[in-house]
This record gives sequence, C-alpha cells and structure tokens, in this order.
Amino acid sequence: MAKRQKTERVRFRRAVQLFFAAATNSYVTGFAAGRIYQGKLKQLCHPGLNCYSCPGALLSCPIGALQAVIGSRGFSLSLYVFGFLLFVGALLGRMVCGFLCPFGLIQELVHKIPFPKKIREFKLDKPLRYVKYAVLLVMVILLPMLLNNAAGEAPPTYCKYVCPAGVLEGGIPLVYFSPPGADAPQASAALPGLPPVKIIRKEGPRFVTGALFALKMSILALTLLACLVIYRPFCRYICPLGAAYGLLNPVSLYRLRLNDARCISCGACRRACRMCLDPVQQLNHAECVRCGDCVNACPTDALSLGFGVKREAKLPVPGKEIQ
Amino acid sequence: MTKTRAETDSTKHRLAWALIMLGALLMALGAWRGEVAVVLQKAIRICLECIGIG
Repeated sequence: MAKRQKTERVRFRRAVQLFFAAATNSYVTGFAAGRIYQGKLKQLCHPGLNCYSCPGALLSCPIGALQAVIGSRGFSLSLYVFGFLLFVGALLGRMVCGFLCPFGLIQELVHKIPFPKKIREFKLDKPLRYVKYAVLLVMVILLPMLLNNAAGEAPPTYCKYVCPAGVLEGGIPLVYFSPPGADAPQASAALPGLPPVKIIRKEGPRFVTGALFALKMSILALTLLACLVIYRPFCRYICPLGAAYGLLNPVSLYRLRLNDARCISCGACRRACRMCLDPVQQLNHAECVRCGDCVNACPTDALSLGFGVKREAKLPVPGKEIQ
Repeated sequence: MTKTRAETDSTKHRLAWALIMLGALLMALGAWRGEVAVVLQKAIRICLECIGIG
C-alpha cells in the first residue's frame, strides 16, 4: 500500500473522531451559559462514552442511560439501552471505540504527548483487561438493580464513583467555567466518614464540591497520567462500554478481514498494534478497536477493514493473474 | 470436521444480522414500554452524581 494512502487513512480516522466528538457536543450555548441541552435528541444514545451532563452534549450516554433505567422505579432492566448496545455492537463492534468515542479520542491525544517511557505491555496487562467486564456487570447492572433507596430508585454507581469522562466533560466545565447562576441546582456531597464540602465559587457558588468530586478528579488525573504511558488504558481496563462492544466484536458486521493467501507472516501487524494483539492469530479479538494500524502496516495488503466478508475473496493474490 | 475461515465468517455474518435485528426489536420494545421517557428525564437534568457533586 502506498505510503500516501496510509497517511490518508490515519488522517481520515482522526478527522472522523474529531468531527463526531464535535458534532455530538455542539450545543455551544451550554458551555457559555453553564447549562445542558434539554431537547428531544437526548432520547437517543451516543454510541461512545460521552457524558450527558457535558454542557455541549446532544445525546445521552448509553452507560448512564442504562443505569438510569435499571435504577428507576418502573423498570429493573432496560430493553431500550440493551437493544441499542446490541444493535451498535453487532453492527460496528469496537469500531465505536476507535472512531466514534470522544473519551477514546482524548486518551489518544494525551498519549501523543511525549513521555520518556511508553509502555506497550506489562505483566498484569492481560488479567487487568477482564476488570472492565466486572465493572459492566457489577457497577453498571447489578448495583443499580439491587441498591434501591426508600423511593425505589438507585444511584448510577458507575457514573458516581468511577467514570472519569463525567467529571472531565461535565464536572470541570460546570464547576469551574460556568457563570454563577441562580437557576442551577446546588448540592453538597461527601463520602461516608470523609470531610465536609468546600465552596468553589465565592461570588455565588453554583456547585458545592466535596470528597466525591475530589475522588473523581483523582480518578481522572490517574487516567490521564496513565494515558501518557499506556495507549488507551481506560478502554483496556475499565470501560464498561468497551466491554459490551468487546463481547460483540468477534461477530460484528464491521470487521477486520484477513486474506490468508496474501499473508506472509512477517509480524508487521503485530508490531503495529497498540492494543498488543496479533491480528493474524487474534482476528476480531474483543480488544481490537479497529483503529486500522495493522492494515496500514501490512506490506501485502492482506488485512482490510470493512463491512461483511465478501471483499476478502475479491482481493487479488500476488503472483497470480486475475481471471 | 473443522470449518474453513470462509464458513466461519459466513456464520458470523448471519449471526451479526440476527443480533442487529434483535437489537432493533429490543429498542422498539423498550420505547414502547416507556423507557425512552426515563432516559430523557435523566439526560435533560444535570446528573450531579455523574459530574461528581452528589
């Protein structure tokens, strides 16, 4: 494949990531006025991890929506959000992570910052990747199902105690940059047994932050620091959305295709994969975010990305004439 | 008898379509029983838990 074509592919993916992140967070008034979009588009879920309390967000976060429905009085399971995850996962798989997720984009951009030591793989890398499935099952599904208060409602446990995207996209803009306003809800928060709240804005505090905010800021800081060293650490180890799509990745319609006849087993794809996979041996693995690095690295064009399975058969084999 | 890659891919292709259909059906059922309103109600208010306030 020509070098120019590879560069174009890399640029195309980045352009799609930037466009999708900007388009789905384009409620600019929200940032200026310190409020969130309240239109009907929010009935729909964003395919990626994008907090619905981000002032610019036009769509709902699927993980937040799932917990909201499961934790609500009327429902103990969400057919709507499960159906959405199934639909998107079976159609695109973790291509969502590689192309459409704003938090994935942020992690990639942070990873681009030069750092003395970039780690590809380490001893606990593989076992830690199973943590995200536990997060999905326990924090996103089971706890909101079981932790009902007197009103029969449960808090979104994952969003409350883990999600760094919420504090980055929603918390920081609303707490630090929104104008102090009377229309906004105020709240205090403290984890059990931890110190009381702290006022951020003296001239009319809009939000009052406490230990919970400090905890979430620490998780965010840790995530961003990890991104400097490791490629997409949150996607690898924690993201429940990545876990859900990962389960569907091996069967998704948008998939990585290998033409065995063209593969020369040079290992270039394995060396190029920043998720530390071997695309030839682990084709469409649950961890593959369909970034296309392996496709670009392949010297014989044996790998390709696309919908379905047909194109693979049409790829010409080097040294053989096409009939 | 082991399946060839083409056969496996074809099976996966059909399975993907079946799951897409099932997903669409579940979404429609969820919308029919009123889950969309719950999602909307949650999403149009600032989620204090999500942003780390309460």
